[in-house]
Amino acid sequence: MHPLLADEILSPLILSRWQFGLTTIYHFLFVPLTIGMGFTVAVFQTAWYRTGRAHYLQLAKFFGKIFLINFAMGVVTGIVQEFQFGMNWSNYSRFVGDVFGAPLALEGLLAFFLEATFLGVWIFGWDRVPKGLHLTSIWGATVGSILSAYFIIAANSFMQHPVGYTIDKAKGRAELTSIWEVLTNKVALAAFPHTLFACFMVSAAVIVAVACWHISRGQNLDTMRPALRFGLWMMIASGALTVLTGDQLGLAMVETNPMKMASAEALYHTSTGFNASFSIFTLGTPNGSNELFSIRVPYLLSFLSTHTFDGTVEGIDNLQAQYKAAYGPGNYSPIIWITYWSFRWMMGLGIVAILISFVGLFVTRKGRMPKNKWIWRAAVWSFPLPLASMVIGWIFTEMGRQPWLVFGLLKTSDGVSPNTTGVEVLISLIAFTAIYATLAVVEFRLILKAAHAGPEAPTKIDVVTGKMLHEATVY
Amino acid sequence: MFLPDLWFCLIGLFFTGYFVLDGFDFGVGMSLPFLSKDDTDRRVLINTIGPVWDLNETWVIVAGACLFASFPEWYATIFSGFYLIMLMILLALILRGVSFEYRHQRPDHKWKRNFDRMIFIGSVVPAFLWGVVFANIVHGLALDKGFNYTGSLGDLFNWYAILGGLATLLLFFVHGVIFVSLKTDGEIRVRARKLATRAGVVAAVVGLVFLIVTSIQHGTMVSIILSAAAVVALIIAFVQNLRGREGWAFGFMAATIALVIVSLFATLFPNVLVATNDPAHTMTIANASSSHYTLEVMSWIALIFVPLILAYQGFTYWIFRKRVTRSLVTAASH
Ligand code: HDD
Ligand code: HEM
Ligand code: HEM
Repeated sequence: MHPLLADEILSPLILSRWQFGLTTIYHFLFVPLTIGMGFTVAVFQTAWYRTGRAHYLQLAKFFGKIFLINFAMGVVTGIVQEFQFGMNWSNYSRFVGDVFGAPLALEGLLAFFLEATFLGVWIFGWDRVPKGLHLTSIWGATVGSILSAYFIIAANSFMQHPVGYTIDKAKGRAELTSIWEVLTNKVALAAFPHTLFACFMVSAAVIVAVACWHISRGQNLDTMRPALRFGLWMMIASGALTVLTGDQLGLAMVETNPMKMASAEALYHTSTGFNASFSIFTLGTPNGSNELFSIRVPYLLSFLSTHTFDGTVEGIDNLQAQYKAAYGPGNYSPIIWITYWSFRWMMGLGIVAILISFVGLFVTRKGRMPKNKWIWRAAVWSFPLPLASMVIGWIFTEMGRQPWLVFGLLKTSDGVSPNTTGVEVLISLIAFTAIYATLAVVEFRLILKAAHAGPEAPTKIDVVTGKMLHEATVY
Repeated sequence: MFLPDLWFCLIGLFFTGYFVLDGFDFGVGMSLPFLSKDDTDRRVLINTIGPVWDLNETWVIVAGACLFASFPEWYATIFSGFYLIMLMILLALILRGVSFEYRHQRPDHKWKRNFDRMIFIGSVVPAFLWGVVFANIVHGLALDKGFNYTGSLGDLFNWYAILGGLATLLLFFVHGVIFVSLKTDGEIRVRARKLATRAGVVAAVVGLVFLIVTSIQHGTMVSIILSAAAVVALIIAFVQNLRGREGWAFGFMAATIALVIVSLFATLFPNVLVATNDPAHTMTIANASSSHYTLEVMSWIALIFVPLILAYQGFTYWIFRKRVTRSLVTAASH
């Protein structure tokens, strides 16, 4: 092979970035469903606990099954994340470990232990623990998963907007000065609820799709109708909250990382008021410097960035000059077409999902069930919308931070492990890709199978105690 | 120097917790082909660890995260230095984890047999490789000035490391088999007790050789005493197993593993990783640890939460204390 080509293909930096991006996105395909479904199951089980009505128990068990198939994947892919900081990003680990490690350790001690322990009790406890304790266990696991999201986002927010640290020049690393500041980072306080509600959207979409699949076949109506209404309301409520918190997150982003907002709009020149417009769609060169055609909403960018109509939004050129003066020569903007389009697709797909739910509530009002097959089919196939929105949102966040790994402190290119070779990373990248692709197929089929099977008949469960009749919960 | 030393001990403690707990999960996974005659037996075996394997595995996540927070340099060097070994451990843990959850999802025989195989491989590989990793840490690595490992993958599979790997593999195997005898009933329980005796002899020989070599090459006063205590605990576990006292046998086997791991950590003190090429590059507790403030924060967190965690995990083990039997498993439909 040509030596230069080999350098390109076997660059540990580029391969490590691909690997981290791939494995994190993959991990995050399962996490939202775990968080949202765990919550949903806990709600259904609580409803059964308080009312004793059979269909709530059936729903808790039914969605519980889907939740568990999915959970296994979240766990095994999560361990990879934990190890990867050290494996592929050892220089980064050395530089930020003093600060970044604490939220990760908190996540393990407070969140993962809680989740793993109580989930075991929940899965196997139907026959063995009292009803109240059993209910507590699903709530314990749910709280654990939500806490884990908070701590990991606090850690990630330090990378977007470092706070609560000083630089120790002699040791060449960042050191923690206030754990409180790290945990109440303004980016984290906005990103956490935004992500959490987005997770709820993801599971709402799955609930709606599953319910519609059954209803359109005229089966399991007594459980699936309430599930459909629940899913639609959950989507609308969490959707509204996602949009509102997204707006707050946007403000925090402009304040802490204006280059991201400028890149999200491909805005080269600093603009004010009317000219700070938001383009819904643009045709032009990939880096956005030359546009042929666009649909623009005047004032909107100003409003998104500052909550006023006559605000000023800084442009890429201006920021590039500032950063050059502050950090030395280099290119300080991310890849513009990625940030531009990912920002739009995140918002767009999510908003479409919310609108679909409004339509759904309308056509099923007062117990109506539309006859048109296409309505049901559309509802079933809209399940990936919030998930796609979510993944694209993370791509925006992480790619928009480039070239920084920790904003203003450490470039991505300086974070990679100096002693891992391209061949090693290539091996691991191929191994993860292969095993993840296989597991994705297996998991998707299993979820489909469980979803198609529908809830257990009430005759198979004791609706007073929740125990299976003539059966024990075992693998 | 109090806090860094304390955290050195706590890291040792978290890894000890991990090996004592996930150690018997690995052992149960490895024992599948040896202790089962049919699918029901295999389900009995898997169900002995069903409710707890995930919480046991979480110990390594916590140990890793705490290592990251309290000794970033150490974490960075180990995980990048053992890159391909860590990859193999990860792949094995992935296979094992999904197999527990997916095995029972379909009734067909072929599907189940595939997952049985993956549980076996997913248990053997980490049980062996963790020993390789820890033996290398005890032995030391070639490090550059920035504490980066400079050797190759081949160097990590030296004879001492392989001996360490075999020692953990066999000890975990016996640990798991004794756990099975404690948690099952009927024929499988009898089989497990017999297997524990036979495997116990082999494990004792390999373990003893490993501890003697370790003591000669790297031993300190404390580590040698701990190793000796580990040997005594192993003998007691062996005798208790012969006498059919499963609870005691399991307790002393857990103590054996804990003492072995703690003695390995004791050989390191006050270093965390010796540079075999140049003593100036040796990583010590002092030069690898986090700042005082970080360790202080971590200490408060550990002080508050570790007792709580131990309490609710102990409670879980108590809830699931009953033996798993064939009749219980066949009563369930799948
Ligand atoms: C269902 C998913 C979903 C939906 C409908 C939206 N978002 Fe979002 N967004 C996410 C899912 C998401 C996310 C994947 O969860 C991100 C990635 C990082 C984060 O904290 O949340 C995100 C990031 C993210 C960021 C980047 C923060 C940063 O990099 O610092 C901004 C500014 C917004 N969002 C704003 C919005 C606005 C104004 C929306 C409404 C119209 C919106 N999002 C809808
Ligand atoms: C779960 C949602 C997340 C997704 C989908 C995601 C996605 C990505 C992607 C796509 C990259 C590659 C960027 C590039 O190649 O330029 C990346 C990089 C990275 N992200 Fe995230 N990320 C997520 C959350 C996090 C969190 C919570 C953290 C920290 C705790 C984190 C830390 C990193 C690191 C260390 C890199 C490597 C450096 C880099 O290539 O930029 N990410 N992530
Ligand atoms: C790149 C950074 C990330 C790391 C290092 C990481 C680490 C981990 C680990 C080690 C596990 C396994 C836990 C167990 O065994 O119970 C896990 C699972 C989980 N992670 Fe992540 N994670 C990352 C990104 C995220 C993000 C961004 C979120 C949430 C917003 C998240 C939420 C969860 C949750 C809820 C689980 C529980 C299991 C499941 O969801 O199926 N993680 N993660």
